[in-house]
Amino acid sequence: MNSLIIKHGRVIDPANHVDEVRDLFITGGKIAGAASNKADVIDATGKIVTPGLIDIHVHLREPGRSDKESIETGTRCAARGGFTSIVAMPNTTPAADNTGTIAFIKQRAAEVACVNVFPAGAITKELKGEELAPIGSLKRAGVVAITDDGRCVQNNELMRRAVEYAKMFDLPVMDHCQDYNVAADGVMHEGYWSAALGLRGWPAVAEEIIVARNILLAEVTDWYIHCQHLSSARSVELVRAAKKRGVKISAEACPHHFTLTDESVKEYDTNLKMNPPLRTEADRQALLAGLADGTIDIIASDHAPHCTYEKQVEFDVAPFGIIGLETELALSLALVHQKVLTLPQLIEKFTINPAKLLRLSKGTLSTGADADVTVIDPVAEWTYDVEQSASKARNSPFHNWNLKGRAMITIVGGKIAWQLE
Amino acid sequence: MKRWQRKDLLGIQELSVAEINFLLNSAQAFKQVGKRSVKKVPSLRGKTVVNLFIEPSTRTRTSFELAATRLSADVINITANASSLVKGETLKDTALNLQALHADVIIIRHSAAGAPHFLAPLLKASVINAGDGAHEHPTQALLDAFTILEKKGKIAGLNITILGDILFSRVARSNIWLLTKLGANVTLAGPSTLVPRVFEQFGCRVTHNIDDALRDADVVNLLRIQHERQRQTLFPSIGEYTTMFGLNKERFARLKPDAMIMHPGPINRGVEIDSEVADCDRSVILEQVTNGLAVRMAVLFLCSGGQAVES
Repeated sequence: MNSLIIKHGRVIDPANHVDEVRDLFITGGKIAGAASNKADVIDATGKIVTPGLIDIHVHLREPGRSDKESIETGTRCAARGGFTSIVAMPNTTPAADNTGTIAFIKQRAAEVACVNVFPAGAITKELKGEELAPIGSLKRAGVVAITDDGRCVQNNELMRRAVEYAKMFDLPVMDHCQDYNVAADGVMHEGYWSAALGLRGWPAVAEEIIVARNILLAEVTDWYIHCQHLSSARSVELVRAAKKRGVKISAEACPHHFTLTDESVKEYDTNLKMNPPLRTEADRQALLAGLADGTIDIIASDHAPHCTYEKQVEFDVAPFGIIGLETELALSLALVHQKVLTLPQLIEKFTINPAKLLRLSKGTLSTGADADVTVIDPVAEWTYDVEQSASKARNSPFHNWNLKGRAMITIVGGKIAWQLE
Repeated sequence: MKRWQRKDLLGIQELSVAEINFLLNSAQAFKQVGKRSVKKVPSLRGKTVVNLFIEPSTRTRTSFELAATRLSADVINITANASSLVKGETLKDTALNLQALHADVIIIRHSAAGAPHFLAPLLKASVINAGDGAHEHPTQALLDAFTILEKKGKIAGLNITILGDILFSRVARSNIWLLTKLGANVTLAGPSTLVPRVFEQFGCRVTHNIDDALRDADVVNLLRIQHERQRQTLFPSIGEYTTMFGLNKERFARLKPDAMIMHPGPINRGVEIDSEVADCDRSVILEQVTNGLAVRMAVLFLCSGGQAVES
């Protein structure tokens, strides 16, 4: 296997408290302690060298909807975005609620994926929230977490049993927090703009009720529940308070939620329709504060590709979600430029924090670790052109945005998976 | 303002006061046309107007159809059941097909807020919003304002109460934008679940006390309870609504003596309005309907590129 030396970069490895300019050595697909003889040299002067970034919330749509995205195109998006590992959500067709589907995803990934794909399994059969999926078998098949993402288990008893049961297999439970009765048929945040636009409101409390529920269940079961894509200020506050008393609760935020607000929906652009919805400036500020003080551990994209024709419809009937893998790092680096986060704080949320949550032997540059590495230019200025996306989908609200900072080289297992031309 | 610039009429919110006044003045001229023995003018001869009604409507569709006919346009009516939408065609494709048939104006009624705003930039044809979900119903607000001006001589400074289901009402929203732009004091009233406080941010007063809402009102605009848009949890029953918020004879008697009663229709007698109150001489409900014709003629005329209407 070929060897690499990444020279003169600022190496940031939060897991090892490293932040210094030095060379990084890769041999045999692993991080090495010293240079080998015939190594290729990458000059990373002025660049940031980090453990390969991890996105724990990606919809690859395969099997079932490979018109929207496939494991091949989705992972190419990930590589372009600087991600070396992604977690595939189980709301495929069929759902990843059985070992056959997990085996299929792993096999396809082995054939066509250019980054590591870790499947998440379903909590319940067909994500229906009625009966437990075979969680133990899913674990054996290789899932790294369970979630009904896109759906939320409404039955509190079932959710309690799912968490209790998953604990036996050392599997964290991830939850898309949404009370269906409260959210009802809402299509955007309930507030000033929903009232002005005449769109049905999806109130923040529909998320907060489930966040509170999950905190209580994590406490009762003494097991890890991860709240996916937090969108509201009160959710952040609930998680912050729970963490203070030691509850095994964690949370993620998506770039669109900490970058945009509900006001942007005013042109009825369906690329601003997501679940949970964009909320107010106060909520956005609370997410930033939660990211800054560590309440929110992880940044994830919720990359949700849809066909253009599916989005070119009335706002009410458009599917929820946007693609995000290619813009995620730049939108997150904006928090560093705005001095909300330090670079090491940001890198932590993309590396060691998700790795710890999902017990992945990833997210560090320790000697002997898998050589997943991302080289980042934190100040490169560029314009996102969604027409050039590696995704099959085009549903991004960030088309034509001027961004600052991007991945230059994405290295997976010692091999260059992608580099900027 | 000398010329109407817009291809589309999507809502009141984006209109300037000058544009609103221009529309209302133009409607004044068209109202005179309706009083003639020959009610037809050749303004839109050779133009094709499509009534694309994806949500049921009788009053508004008839009004637009008659308005277009009186302007000598060719009019086609498409309703949801007759359209390809039930066969799975998207709204965009339906509209592009109509444009391919050289439709000049597409009047759209749709249950989804923003549907006309979605179509307008895709089409060369004019798009007229005839009601989009709970968002806007601009011609209704214009005809309401026209009626108030006709009866009261002004809008600025009037106390105007809109009573009923505000949350799900496009009529309420268009009226709020228009009346506040023209300087009225707008009060919104009804159950707290249908009249949320957030509407105060639109420059309105919000009250859940019916007597407080009616006391100083110069105009009371009653809205129907929109059964079709509602979930059951919002209020206990129609009966309780009538008891708490219906405009009955006792409440009517306590109104200012010259207070005027309006309703966009269809009215539910004995629910939001007492039958006798609906028919009394201070009710202008049918005059609103007549004025709607003039307003819609003006809108069709101006958005089709017509100009220079003298009032």
